[in-house]
Amino acid sequence: MSAQEPGMSLIVRTAARWLKPFILLFGGYIVLYGHLTPGGGFAGGVVIACALVLLTLALGQKIAFTAVDRTTASSLDSLGALMFLAVAVSGLMAGVFFKNCIQTPEVAQFRLISGGTMPLSNISLGFKVSMSLFLAFSVLSALHVSVKRGRRKMHKRGEEE
Amino acid sequence: MNILFLLLLLMIVSAVIAIETRNLLSSIICLGAVGFLLAIAFLFLAAPDLAITQLVVDVLVLVILIRATISRDLTTVSGDREFFGLTVTTAMILIMAILGVVIFAGFPAFGTAVMDRLPQDAPSVGYLSRCMPGTGAANAVTAVLLDFRAYDTLGEATVLFCAVLGALAVLRSKARRQAGDDETEDEAE
Repeated sequence: MSAQEPGMSLIVRTAARWLKPFILLFGGYIVLYGHLTPGGGFAGGVVIACALVLLTLALGQKIAFTAVDRTTASSLDSLGALMFLAVAVSGLMAGVFFKNCIQTPEVAQFRLISGGTMPLSNISLGFKVSMSLFLAFSVLSALHVSVKRGRRKMHKRGEEE
Repeated sequence: MNILFLLLLLMIVSAVIAIETRNLLSSIICLGAVGFLLAIAFLFLAAPDLAITQLVVDVLVLVILIRATISRDLTTVSGDREFFGLTVTTAMILIMAILGVVIFAGFPAFGTAVMDRLPQDAPSVGYLSRCMPGTGAANAVTAVLLDFRAYDTLGEATVLFCAVLGALAVLRSKARRQAGDDETEDEAE
């Protein structure tokens, strides 16, 4: 392991760099096709968060934050929550909170754009879940790093005494 | 049903081990075993959506827990233990590959219905009959989650939001303060 480059060994870093787009693509697929195939916002969001976590573990937090930095993550997280609420409120147009206000014609069934407001809800949940899990992970690993640093400092002090 | 009881028994056993063991890493691994067994139990209860979600959430939670609680990142083994570990790993990979081939051969043909064993008076029958005309979504589970029972999903999303908000509010300021202390003290030194 070279000292200059943060993260794990060269093999892990290269594999993570190559795998990242495929994992993100798979997560996006699960989110977008949630109303047609098993999956949905929650599962797809976790897959996307896994890609970001892999990036953090393999390449270090700095490079992971160039992909999605912490401010972007927290605003996307809030955007997902607000989008889901907006979908819920849009049901009021048809009379009831959370009513699916877009009717699907017979022709459009089993197509990507079907299910009324459901793809929108899936996308917002995907944003929400992926970004909040990534944030929780990055916050916890920051705590871990600072605890480690504190321990090293205590060791240093002990040796000095 | 017997397999289900066996899975539940194994889950209880590994949960007890997770509580009682002294080693933090083995405790977390036992916790992960509970999650994976729960995913398999969901599969046997004919709920693949839940199984997928349980599996990915479990993997992520395991990674987060190991990262957050284990202070040493890489445990290195050497000598006989390294040989033993390599042998076990290779054997497990081989077994998994063989099992994968066997299971893949047993799959139903592409396009056939996998879960066609519904009792006639099950509550899902009503949902299934109302799913396509009512919502237009082909996946009935998503239709239930985001249409018939969307309030529950809103509650789940709110729980997640509050959890992350709390984690950010509590841990971020603490980590920042400690990191800041470090930097100032380093400069002083």
